[in-house]
Amino acid sequence: MIAIIKYNAGNFTSVKNAVERLGVEYIISDKKEEILEADKVIFPGVGEAGTAMKYLKERKLDVLIKNLKQPVLGICLGLQLMCKHSEEGDTKCLGIFDTEVRKFPDIKIVPHTGWNNFTSVKGNLFEKIKTTNDVYFVHSYYADICQNTIAVCDYIKPFSAAIQKNNFFATQFHPEKSADVGEQILRNFIQFT
Amino acid sequence: MLKKRIIPCLDIKNGRTVKGVNFVDIRDAGDPIELAKRYVQEGADELVFLDITATIEKRKTLVKLVRKIALEINIPFTVGGGINTIDDVAAIIEAGADKISINSAAVKRPEFITEIANNYGSQCVVLAIDTKYINSDWFVYTHGGRNYTPQKTAEWAKKAENIGAGEILLTSMNHDGTKNGFAVELTNNIANIVNIPVIASGGAGTEKHFVDIFKNSKASAALAASIFHFGEIPIPRLKKYLFENKIAIRN
Repeated sequence: MIAIIKYNAGNFTSVKNAVERLGVEYIISDKKEEILEADKVIFPGVGEAGTAMKYLKERKLDVLIKNLKQPVLGICLGLQLMCKHSEEGDTKCLGIFDTEVRKFPDIKIVPHTGWNNFTSVKGNLFEKIKTTNDVYFVHSYYADICQNTIAVCDYIKPFSAAIQKNNFFATQFHPEKSADVGEQILRNFIQFT
Repeated sequence: MLKKRIIPCLDIKNGRTVKGVNFVDIRDAGDPIELAKRYVQEGADELVFLDITATIEKRKTLVKLVRKIALEINIPFTVGGGINTIDDVAAIIEAGADKISINSAAVKRPEFITEIANNYGSQCVVLAIDTKYINSDWFVYTHGGRNYTPQKTAEWAKKAENIGAGEILLTSMNHDGTKNGFAVELTNNIANIVNIPVIASGGAGTEKHFVDIFKNSKASAALAASIFHFGEIPIPRLKKYLFENKIAIRN
């Protein structure tokens, strides 16, 4: 069973549909017991960091997420909220990954929108994935590269396309919107034990 | 490297895909879900669904269709056509659309752009501009190209960016349906004055037209309808041609 965390910054319809296409059982929940009981947790997110953190704190979901022991996959804003701090609304985040989230400088089109590939790929989240494969990004903020970065994308400057620390995985891109490549990445995550 | 996007557009009327030539003379092009699935398999980078149904029942059927599309396809898609209220937007986003395209409603009430951006983020707001070259400038048209407005296209695009639009879908009515190529100069002018992605639309007839728009303008994406629906240019062939011409595309 996969728990998709329900909060105010989720367009979780697309994540739910992607999980459904893979034929995996899921629940969408903000209840502590249900999330703790799940084999895996997906922490999606589309929205603004400050409002999202405020909502998570009010419901004590911040403490819950940080202390999860099963594999967790953060997506997009999910990744950013798992970092230390975000420039978006000068927000203190969960601090799972020791890195900073910054706004892209406006020297090229922002948001970074569309299909891009990544390099320096590490770990089994990317099993069967090649560095020539493209995934779908849409974001104006990015996480700096850190020691836990497992994939690097270059747009304006190199940034973390994916990060992993212990049981916590996160992608800046949207695997649920990244055609067959994204589906493979989700499948890899689902197969973790 | 960030890739240039190829976006098939499906015009929907009463749940079927149709395509107008010069905004009139509608031909039937089939089941939107089947067509959408085919495009995803063939390598489309994104899809746009524009509902041109003009009945009161419209929203209900559209939301139902969006829900079905969202279940079936695994690439981003935009939904537009007569979206007027934040409730319309909410229903379509909750059904699973990634972006909303607005046109006439935004011209009438520019704050609508900001309202959607505040609720769902700028990345969700695609401002569609239908424009026509008359009296030595490009002007904005609304209501499917029927109504002239005195608004200049360049000014409108810049304003829309400032108040929250995340992307601009720019259709030249002079080029739409002609198959003589995209409005390269117009697209480049607009792409140079905004810092958000511009999607070129109207006029695609050959593979070479796509190379032209990507080589000679800063367009982030190119949109077309009939050439894809009727199989005149299969997407894999188009992408191979773009690749051979050194345009960065997703393979």
